[in-house]
Amino acid sequence: MPRILTGNRLETGDVLWWHGHCWSTQISDAVEIGAEGEALLAGLIAAERINDPTFIEVTGEPGAFVPTTTRERVRASGPSVRADLARGSLSVEAI
Amino acid sequence: MYRYDQYDQAIVDARVAEFKDQVGRRLRNEITEDQFKPLRLMNGLYLQLHAYMLRVAIPYGTLSGTQMRMLAHIARTYDRDYGHFTTRQNIQYNWIKLEQFSDLLDDLSKVEMHAFQTSGNCIRNISSDQFAGAAADEIADPRPYAELLRQWSTLHPEFSFLPRKFKIAVIASDSDRAAIQLHDIGLQLYRNAAGMLGFRVYVGGGMGRTPIIGKVVREFIPVGQFLSYSEAILRVYNRHGRRDNIYKARIKILVTELGIEEFTRQVEAEWATLEPLGLDAPQAEYDRIIAQFADPAYEIGAPDTIDLSDPDFKLWVDQNVHAHKQPGYAIATISLKPKSGIPGDASSAQMDVIADLADKYAHDEIRVTHSQNLVLAHVKKADLYAMWQALAAADLATPNLDLVTDIIACPGMDYCTLANARSIPIAQKIAAKFENSISEQRDIGELKIKVSGCINGCGHHHAGHIGILGVDKKGEEAYQLLLGGSGAEDASLAKILGPGFDENGIIDAVDKLIAFYRSARSAPTERFLDTYRRLGAAPFKEAVYA
Repeated sequence: MPRILTGNRLETGDVLWWHGHCWSTQISDAVEIGAEGEALLAGLIAAERINDPTFIEVTGEPGAFVPTTTRERVRASGPSVRADLARGSLSVEAI
Repeated sequence: MYRYDQYDQAIVDARVAEFKDQVGRRLRNEITEDQFKPLRLMNGLYLQLHAYMLRVAIPYGTLSGTQMRMLAHIARTYDRDYGHFTTRQNIQYNWIKLEQFSDLLDDLSKVEMHAFQTSGNCIRNISSDQFAGAAADEIADPRPYAELLRQWSTLHPEFSFLPRKFKIAVIASDSDRAAIQLHDIGLQLYRNAAGMLGFRVYVGGGMGRTPIIGKVVREFIPVGQFLSYSEAILRVYNRHGRRDNIYKARIKILVTELGIEEFTRQVEAEWATLEPLGLDAPQAEYDRIIAQFADPAYEIGAPDTIDLSDPDFKLWVDQNVHAHKQPGYAIATISLKPKSGIPGDASSAQMDVIADLADKYAHDEIRVTHSQNLVLAHVKKADLYAMWQALAAADLATPNLDLVTDIIACPGMDYCTLANARSIPIAQKIAAKFENSISEQRDIGELKIKVSGCINGCGHHHAGHIGILGVDKKGEEAYQLLLGGSGAEDASLAKILGPGFDENGIIDAVDKLIAFYRSARSAPTERFLDTYRRLGAAPFKEAVYA
């Protein structure tokens, strides 16, 4: 199953996904993480600028990854009860 | 209401300065997240699903209009224009930025507010009766004693690293509107046979993973000695409470393992050594604080009748207005459970409206209830209609207090990292079945539905007439159904009825429960809870699962 990398920006708490060379606030920008992930994660942890960096499992294709857990789908879509606060790249219906 | 003196303000200013420095050091990478996390939690700052969440303390749920306006300002300036009033009578903001946090703390401290001790293993915000100082049935205003507890527990060096969090509630009437028997310490003010004022002391109550109803550790402690007695309880807990297992660390587990007799013996022995030390506040301090909770300047001779010719207004008065101790006055509850709303949420504009109305009609006081509603406690009956019209214009006049749509719900998995399932959509879907017919809601009568998104129980599901608990079932949201709980003076713990449900299943199950109750109640006045207690679980179970 594909995995992607997520975390929260220290300064703002924003939910982020790794898109290859930087971070995005949209899961639709996320890239699949391969064997290079462990070194990337270790570097992020050491840098202390991203809180709780972690890999999550997803289904689907690049550009349309969907996390396998409800919790991560809510993180990606925004609160399901506030359509006005939705992030946009994963619909509430996908939760 | 209580105003800070120089010591209170100095404590807050010092703590704010300290935490601002800690925030700055974290942002400059001078400390790690592992080092920073316990510091931010001690200052009410969590990292939740979408952003940082800040929990601001509202001592015993009492606010001034000025403070409410500041809460609105914070929602507008630092968050996304709303706040969430909680079951601990606090307010939470869900979209806080660490880089703006220092300015936010400065703003809060300007109105004698802060966020410390809203998290961590310390004595949390002291809660109380939302009708305090106004209720027709109270012995005295319980808030001066809650304020003494606040001062005693604020940054108390001995109790800042307890085995687990510690919650205290104080009431002063036989009607328990603060769920004192479900707190670590519950204090009920009353007069004994000799006419002395003192507290009945409950200990070891709580919800969460191991729900337990508190037991009486002392039938009567004079008001002048309740602080040293509370200190004795905390000392026994701090000494013997388990620190090896987070799930067994609350005082309720200690009381259960020792037995109430042995726990009481240890507390009394500890108190015997403490009491002579003169730790209790001197009478002058009691008098100083009590004076700050003096009755507002009531208009003597204010009309004691209400013109109920507007039927919508009458509905609201019937449901949301309670008797006041002062003739000509009433207590008005503002429901934060509007149609399609999120329980406990209020926009900054609504907060400003409420602050203005408090200023204009309610002696500038607002209360937060543990049921996630707000109260204007001192309103002239002659002003109720104009105030109701203003509330209605702001979608704040839903006449559903204690009815089926007045549902408690924690933030659940829409916001919370601890949650296993979403709570708010469940509350909304249940409410949607009834919210278009207030007459149907009133026919069903008092029905307290409480929804938690995880076993920690912030939605008080164990105290619900109908309790709903979100669980994780192989990665999917599922819901357990519980019946028979009460957080009132007739406290009881809800019990699981049977197998759990998915989201649609739990909505249908609640529907069936209510339909069965309406067919089985002995009279229209018999509450859901009373029917359940009379008949037992079996027929309700059959109605749901057959």
